[in-house]
Amino acid sequence: MRLEQMYQDVILDHYKHPHHRGLREPFGAEVFHVNPTCGDEVTLRVTLSDDGQQVTDISYDGQGCSISQAATSVLADLVIGQTITEAMATVAAFNDMVSSRGTVEGDEDVLGDGIAFAGVSKYPARVKCALLGWLAFKTAAAEAAASMGQSHPELQEEP
Amino acid sequence: MTVSLELDATDLDGVRADFPILNRVMRGGKQLAYLDSGATSQKPLQVLDAERQFLTTSNGAVHRGAHQLMEEATDAFEAGRADIAAFVGAGPDELVFTKNATEALNMVSYVLGDDRFRNAVGPGDVIVTTELEHHANLIPWQELARRTGATLRWYGVTDDGHLDLDSLALDERVKVVAFSHHSNVTGTGAPVAELVRRAKDVGAMTVLDACQSVPHQPVDFQMLDVDFAAFSGHKMLGPTGIGALYGRAGLLAELPPFLTGGSMIETVTMDAATYAAPPQRFEAGTQMISQVVGLAAAARYLSTIGMSAIAAHEHRLVAATLEGLSAIPEVRIIGPTDPALRRSPVAFVVDGVHAHDVGQVLDDDGVAVRVGHHCAAPLHRRFGLAATVRASFAVYNTGDEVDRLIAGVRRAIGFFA
Repeated sequence: MRLEQMYQDVILDHYKHPHHRGLREPFGAEVFHVNPTCGDEVTLRVTLSDDGQQVTDISYDGQGCSISQAATSVLADLVIGQTITEAMATVAAFNDMVSSRGTVEGDEDVLGDGIAFAGVSKYPARVKCALLGWLAFKTAAAEAAASMGQSHPELQEEP
Repeated sequence: MTVSLELDATDLDGVRADFPILNRVMRGGKQLAYLDSGATSQKPLQVLDAERQFLTTSNGAVHRGAHQLMEEATDAFEAGRADIAAFVGAGPDELVFTKNATEALNMVSYVLGDDRFRNAVGPGDVIVTTELEHHANLIPWQELARRTGATLRWYGVTDDGHLDLDSLALDERVKVVAFSHHSNVTGTGAPVAELVRRAKDVGAMTVLDACQSVPHQPVDFQMLDVDFAAFSGHKMLGPTGIGALYGRAGLLAELPPFLTGGSMIETVTMDAATYAAPPQRFEAGTQMISQVVGLAAAARYLSTIGMSAIAAHEHRLVAATLEGLSAIPEVRIIGPTDPALRRSPVAFVVDGVHAHDVGQVLDDDGVAVRVGHHCAAPLHRRFGLAATVRASFAVYNTGDEVDRLIAGVRRAIGFFA
């Protein structure tokens, strides 16, 4: 059944029991992103290591559908502990997969639980839900790096 | 399609046969149950045939040239205007075509701020709207206030989704009172006579957003005594790309144009121009000719069934929806739960399941509903919500489709529990 393809158990698990949720101190940058078509919103904070090279924490709060909430939970699981370079590669891989209209399966080694969102890519109206927290992270990481005087080429491009 | 005072099952079968899309089997393997007519309605064959017939026999530019096709096209265009005007209780010269209702509301908001108009909105004036509005009847007034230095005020909304008439007192500074005839979220109707009386008492003009009333009930703008009204074609079984602005005849004649260019002029020199009488004054450039023909066919189609019969049919569907949803403990209906106090659409939230997810489960069942804030974000904020599920009805919907909606909502609750 199509519904189960989209709402895989791993997505429902992250939705019902989100990881790393809640806003924490200290943080390097905080952003607020909304999906104007549905009103879903996320406030997301990023903390970088003292040298500005590593993501040491992502904390977030918001309201939204199961897809947007679960995707943000998966993001935090994957990206906390990664270097900026690794994190941006993860974001790019997730973006490619969910924007692919079902043509990109996704690499489990890179995306972990994130590959459960491959089914979402077949529903164009839900792609923005899946990307809400991920694009918020990209903006927040760029702001956090900039506030430390860092400039990462990976953070310059718009997704 | 047959004519009767009340739509029975046979009539409804006939109506549905005019809408081939309703037979479509959707990606979940179920027949379409289209409950999103508040966003856009489906189109009957009669509307499509009218456009095709016009385009394959009489297509030409209107109000210019002198060849036979131009004459036939102009006749079709103006006969269409007359039919559409009659359908909404307007004189033909009181109906200006626009690309949609949004453009109509923007047009009136611009010309009312033009200093060539004797009663133009200016600094210190007050523009009144309501917290119930679709963004299309809110943002143009925000912008008019910004351009002119006027102040925007609004009627609030009660907990059960009605306009709170005690929330605002009008005074002589009020120039415009803009409100929707029927809410596109709570399904409640505005007390038009009372609002018109209040506006008149202070010398203000009234603007009615009739997008959610014209397709669903008998509407007569002259009897409602509003100064302006807007509605869209695509929500009333007509084509996209066509809407209309009603303006009281005497008032339209006083107003300057909004868009300028071809066809809206009287004389033009290199220095200046004078303008045609309404409605042409407000119809610059080549018009939506086949869309007018199609919309006129839609108005005739609805008239043949009868707007009172359609209103009664939709009322039964709304009552069944309210009853079915009220029996589900997790569901909270936005607006009155008593069908006597409201009409379509029915917006609701499901405790523990986000509107998007409810909509996705319904989609899997072939039931098409709207999810989100329905272009009424302030109203949703008023109720502490970001998004709702909205089922909206039209003449072609059935009680079986209501049952499928209710079953789908129960399935969503089970799925996400």
